[in-house]
Amino acid sequence: MELPDVKEKWTAQINQVTIGATKDQGGTRARTVTVGGQTTMPFLTFEGELPFKPVIAGYVADTPPGWPEVLINAIGKEINSPEEWAQKCVEEYGVDLISLKMVGADPAVKDASPADCARVVEDVLKAVDVPLIIWGCGDDEKDNHVLPECSQAAKGENCLIGSAKESNYMTIVAICKADKHKIISEAPVDINIGKQVNILLQDAGFDLKDVVMFQTTAALGYGFDYVYTILERARIAGLKGDKLMASPQICDVGGEVWRIKEAVVDEDVLTGWGKLEKRGPMWEAVCAGVYLQAGADILIMAHPEAIKNIQMTIDQFLKGGKE
Amino acid sequence: MALTGMQIYKSLPKTNCKECGLPTCMAFAMQVAAKQRALADCPHISEEGKEALSEASAPPMRLIKIGAEGKQFELGQETVMFRHEEKFHRPSGIAVRIASSLSDQEVQARLDEINSRVFLRVGATLKIAFSAVEIEGCDDPAGRAKLAADKSDVPLILIGKTPGAMKSAVEAVKTQKPLIYKADASNIEDFAEIAASIKTPLAVGGSGIEELADLTRKAKAKGAEDLILSFDSKHMGETIRALTIARRSALKKQFRPLGYPAMVEIDSESLENESISASIFTAKYAGIVLINGMEPWEVLPIMVAIQDVYTDPQVPNTVEAKLYEIGSTDENSPVMFTTNFSLTYFSVEGEVERSRVPSYICVVDTEGLGVLNAYAGDKISAETVVKTLQEQKVSEKVKHRKLIIPGLLPIFRAEIEDTSEWKEVIIGPENAREIPAFLTGLAK
Repeated sequence: MELPDVKEKWTAQINQVTIGATKDQGGTRARTVTVGGQTTMPFLTFEGELPFKPVIAGYVADTPPGWPEVLINAIGKEINSPEEWAQKCVEEYGVDLISLKMVGADPAVKDASPADCARVVEDVLKAVDVPLIIWGCGDDEKDNHVLPECSQAAKGENCLIGSAKESNYMTIVAICKADKHKIISEAPVDINIGKQVNILLQDAGFDLKDVVMFQTTAALGYGFDYVYTILERARIAGLKGDKLMASPQICDVGGEVWRIKEAVVDEDVLTGWGKLEKRGPMWEAVCAGVYLQAGADILIMAHPEAIKNIQMTIDQFLKGGKE
Repeated sequence: MALTGMQIYKSLPKTNCKECGLPTCMAFAMQVAAKQRALADCPHISEEGKEALSEASAPPMRLIKIGAEGKQFELGQETVMFRHEEKFHRPSGIAVRIASSLSDQEVQARLDEINSRVFLRVGATLKIAFSAVEIEGCDDPAGRAKLAADKSDVPLILIGKTPGAMKSAVEAVKTQKPLIYKADASNIEDFAEIAASIKTPLAVGGSGIEELADLTRKAKAKGAEDLILSFDSKHMGETIRALTIARRSALKKQFRPLGYPAMVEIDSESLENESISASIFTAKYAGIVLINGMEPWEVLPIMVAIQDVYTDPQVPNTVEAKLYEIGSTDENSPVMFTTNFSLTYFSVEGEVERSRVPSYICVVDTEGLGVLNAYAGDKISAETVVKTLQEQKVSEKVKHRKLIIPGLLPIFRAEIEDTSEWKEVIIGPENAREIPAFLTGLAK
């Protein structure tokens, strides 16, 4: 029987953003990573192009985050050294790039100095040859000192620097222009602020084609529905021609999931909810998997099992070819 | 689905007999479309005309009910492709397969397990929606179906392929209105007849979406109208595309042969992969996911994914306004308050948990607004805070009288201190992420 034609006529393309620079391009990376470029919603190859697959960035921090033992043990002793941790992510887990967060720079954690953070960036760049995402600690005031030094330490490597918010975007634009990096624009679960931050970046003279959007991330069961829908609405807006929303999107799944009850508390408290050893990584993987459907292009992930399972999911959903 | 005057006119006798009181059939059609007249006011409309019109006015996706009266599971009658366009109406259900190779005793144990797989989470009860029993290959399909009907708390799906076995099984449990799973090109006529005679829903699967549309037409011709589109997951990418095409055809083109809810049979190499795939398919249009495992760590994330995606985006998400005890609190534990907007509460709760300082969080009903919005909209005041603290008898839980208030509401301090027993009001952080440092600092 003949079926009705239900192909959507999307009019625009999501920006193509490349992270990392090889020797020829002025950096030292063995390869680059490109995301974006879609002309349809996730996995709908019958009506548009998905030139690049979603990628996984391995979560690495300068200092081990306050994570539950089940995750720390799964990663192993390498968690105490950002270089070794990054190497493990690349060599054993097969991640596409590394997301390096300066957890220790937080005045409430270790108050690590900007110079210490810059050294970590240099060490990780030497330890692995994949592209790098670099984040501050989340404390605006501190990050204003930390990020410039980190950026400089990675000059020419075409990193993705996070993050530019309404409160600090001028600094981030200045350092990313000077050191040739790309920017993560951040808005707290609010699509309008997300657009506003992109407008500010554009007005400050930064090309939105070099921006990845971060709508912040919610763990499954903890406001997940809000973020899911913002990712989806932003992607639809981008495909319909809103140039301010045409950026690829990043989700910090590993950074969010491992602080909520279901990924932290074992069966002794949550009777009948299953072993934490299994439940924790499952929570991270399902959260990441469903975000893929809404338009996540870069997933930052932490648990090796969750990473492995999402790599498989991405392959499964991309195969099957065109209609 | 509203019809236009023109669509209605096509099914009228077009004789302009004026017996309805209007000068022309066209004028009558316009009034019917405007719901000012009923179609029955036309004395000469044919049965076919009536049928065509009731058909055309049916919702683009049929509502299907599975299970006995009183414990029915409903799916279908969805209206949008993306939840922000309105909402997803009927949360998907998980069906757990019970293999035919199991003995009666093992089947019973598995049914017990399905019945007991119940989670209470953020005020909602989450459970498995179906026991999916393979009757094909059993020595006694009817006996197996009956055993399942007796022991299962949830509706049944009967899995089989040969009409004889299916007929005896369905007849044995017909008051349970099980879902027949599934008809394909090899058995569509017989399965449709069984479904039609017992008035029970039927799942239909095709080797492609075109064949599927043909098969639902055939089933309908046999009188089986309560249908579910069934998809396998051999190529997950193809499945997601087929689910999307079917739903768009139904909702955007009113294409009747695909105007039914969908389900996916997950075929995975591991329980982990099954959990991820099932969760994804519930977000992208499967009303039922049929899976093999049911470890709590496998099914709970699927259930929570369903809970999240099927939340009504037009209604602010709230938590119950009451006193929450985080960790092993005692009479010295700190007390704080926040709003009942779930995002606000979860951020605060998460950070308090992270701080590892056992604390009380008193949630004030702000009609689902966050701190600043609630204050701006007059949904929170020092008075409502004090009232909530009294109602929840917070002062009986602790011996101190220190209250931590959100850093965004410092203005409440004086009034709370003046009008309540909470004589030492401490202004907390503005951002939830600063809570751990704040609480540990306080404890020193």
